[in-house]
This record gives sequence, C-alpha cells and structure tokens, in this order.
Amino acid sequence: MPHDHTDPPGDIELRVKALESLLVEKGLVDPAALDALIDTYEHKVGPRNGAKVVARAWTDATFKTWLLEDATDAIAALGYTGRQGEHMMVTENTPEVHNVVVCTLCSCYPWPVLGLPPVWYKAAPYRSRVVSDPRGVLREFGTELADDVEVRVWDSTAEMRYLVLPMRPAGTDGWSAERLEALVTRNSMIGVEAVQAPE
Amino acid sequence: MNGGHDLGGMHGLGPVDPEPESEEPVFHAEWERRAFALNLASGFLGKWNIDQGRFARERQHPADYLRNSYYENWMAGLETLLVEAGLVTEAELRSGKADEKAEGVRVLLGENVEKVLSKGGPVTMELDDAPRFRVGDRVRVRNINPLGHTRSPRYARGKTGTIAIDHGGHVFADRNADGVRVGQRLYCVSFAGSELWGDSENRDTVRIDLWEPHLEPA
Repeated sequence: MPHDHTDPPGDIELRVKALESLLVEKGLVDPAALDALIDTYEHKVGPRNGAKVVARAWTDATFKTWLLEDATDAIAALGYTGRQGEHMMVTENTPEVHNVVVCTLCSCYPWPVLGLPPVWYKAAPYRSRVVSDPRGVLREFGTELADDVEVRVWDSTAEMRYLVLPMRPAGTDGWSAERLEALVTRNSMIGVEAVQAPE
Repeated sequence: MNGGHDLGGMHGLGPVDPEPESEEPVFHAEWERRAFALNLASGFLGKWNIDQGRFARERQHPADYLRNSYYENWMAGLETLLVEAGLVTEAELRSGKADEKAEGVRVLLGENVEKVLSKGGPVTMELDDAPRFRVGDRVRVRNINPLGHTRSPRYARGKTGTIAIDHGGHVFADRNADGVRVGQRLYCVSFAGSELWGDSENRDTVRIDLWEPHLEPA
C-alpha cells in the first residue's frame, strides 16, 4: 500500500469546511468577508497598536493623563477603535501596584490594541488560577514581585476592556516613543510580565 | 449557569505553559482561521447578540467545554446558534448541503468588514435611576445560581467587596442573553484575596465588573 505523506484532515477540519460551504451555499456568509476578517486580525490589528499607546503615554504626560481618565477616547485618537475595544480602561503599574488582566468566564480582551488573545489567555489553567494564585501564575511567566507590591487582578466580566500601562524601564531616559515602543511586549500589557530594561 | 466555563478558583487544570510571545502565531491551523471568521461573519447577521453567543458555548456539557480547544468551543456554539435562529436545519448541518437558500438576511460583505469592525458595538446606556451604590460602599455579591446566563462568577457570590469604579449604565448581560436589551449600572468591585480565598496571608486583590442587580448592601 503506498504511503500517503499527507495527514488526513481531522474531524474538526472537516466540520469547519462543511459549515463554511453550507453557509456560503445558503447565502449567509460572503467568502470575501471571511478573508477580510482573517486578514484584519492576522496582519493589521495586533499588540504593536498597544505598544504605540504605551510609548506615547511614557513620552507625553498630557496624553497619559487623558489615557488614564478616558482611555476609549485617548486610544481612538491614535486610530484604534471598534470591536472588543468599545469601552476601554487603562490601569497603570506603579512601584506599589502590579495589574494583571483575565477573563475567567470566557476570553474578553482588548482587540483594537492587542489583537486576538494568545492561546494561554483563553485556556483553563490561566483563567482558573490567576484570580486565586496570581503570584504563582506570574512566576510561570518568570515574573517575581516583591512581597510589598499589591497584585491587582482585573476579571473582565463585562464589556469593559482593560489594558495595563507597564512601568517605563530604567535606562531609557531621552528615548523617543518609536524606540521605546520596541521594548513593549504584549505580555506586559496583559500584566504577566514587566517591560525589560534595554541590555 | 454554573457551567464548565466559570473557571475562577478551580484546581487541577495544570500549568499555564505559555508559548513564547515571539513565536506564537495568531492562528495555529487553517481551520482556526475559518472557524474564527465564520463566527464573526455569522454574528453580523444580527440574529443573536454577544451574550447569546457566550451562552451557546456555555451550555455545552462541562466535560466537552473543558476538553475542547478554544475554536472547537466556538464551532459548537455557532452550530447551536444557527439552528436555534432557524438559519440552518439539523439536517443541513449533518449533510453539509443547503436544502434552500436563506431569505431576508443582511449579510456582511467583504467591502464592509473594515467599517463595521472599526465601528464596533457600544453597550453603554442612559439610566433614569440614581446609582444605588457609591464608590467606597461595601457590597455583597448576591448568592444567585440561575440556570440562564450570568456574568456574576461563582467565586465572587456571597463575598463582600468595595465599589471601586462606577462605570455607568451598560447593557445588562444576564438579560441580554435572553434577547432583552436593558441597561443597568455597572460597577467595578474590589475584593480582598483573603475574602475570596480565606487565606489571611493573601494581600492581593481581585476586581470584578458586576451590575447593580448582582449586588446588595453589606
């Protein structure tokens, strides 16, 4: 029997294909819309948007004040609006308080600034434990916090979407927003790690 | 409902095991791309709202919910919604062939995707009633166990916290899941870790967004 080098499609692959062809045949979805939706979240909307927001806040005190008072409008001014970011709040890390965001009930996440959430954010281990053992979970990301820092966990149970404003790392005095932006990771804006100082 | 989705405080689900950020793709397989887009595009038919979408996924057997990958849960929810909305029949789902074309539907076209995504769907609402609680008030989460959808997580029920933020009027998710769009005041409530988990060493806090009907004075 000749060996087939192509793995047969699994059940879920067939199920998705079948549903897509059914919905297209029924006239319920436009294939061009499917392609545009995928392209948007795979290539256009992602955590580099959030990094621009953070770097701007680090370099522009007026913007930072606006961002902390009315995140939705301040972020919209940079061009990031819409689905799953209609009602934004930005929460600032300080030497006293470290913020971390979760959605224990599903996967709520600020799409316009961070894109679609990573697998671990949507999966049961993170969702179950970050509310009851935040320090243990942060340690799994390599983040160790001093005992006197309060960990503040934000459970996104409504349509408010939370973005963490990380602390600006030491050794970046005089840096431009463009240069700072490259230091800002997605994980630091979820709050599971700090922004690392440049090497 | 007290379903398999309500995970806060559950044990035994293993380490987080995050994929390194720089290596993680947005989608891990072609079928995930299509499942994601089918869910969004179908949602724009306007036959169900976001809370009805969540409730469709939550109603699965908890064992299925926990075993499935994320987009497998989205697919299970979408099939339920399509059948319940009368857009697709069980027979069509099984055969994969359309018995008849859909009529009178407003389909999201490719050329409109950018516009509708950037517009989004705000849920803030004007309220006539004055707020029942003020920032700083002590409140207890009502001990409710509805069979329907609720955004009051099990780990907070019966617990006492402090109103931290008044977010104003928002569409009340618990009723929205029944297709009833009413506004209720939304609060961010801060809970001491020691109140939630009974560990007096716990100095951390959890903030949860809860609507006025979820809360009572403490």
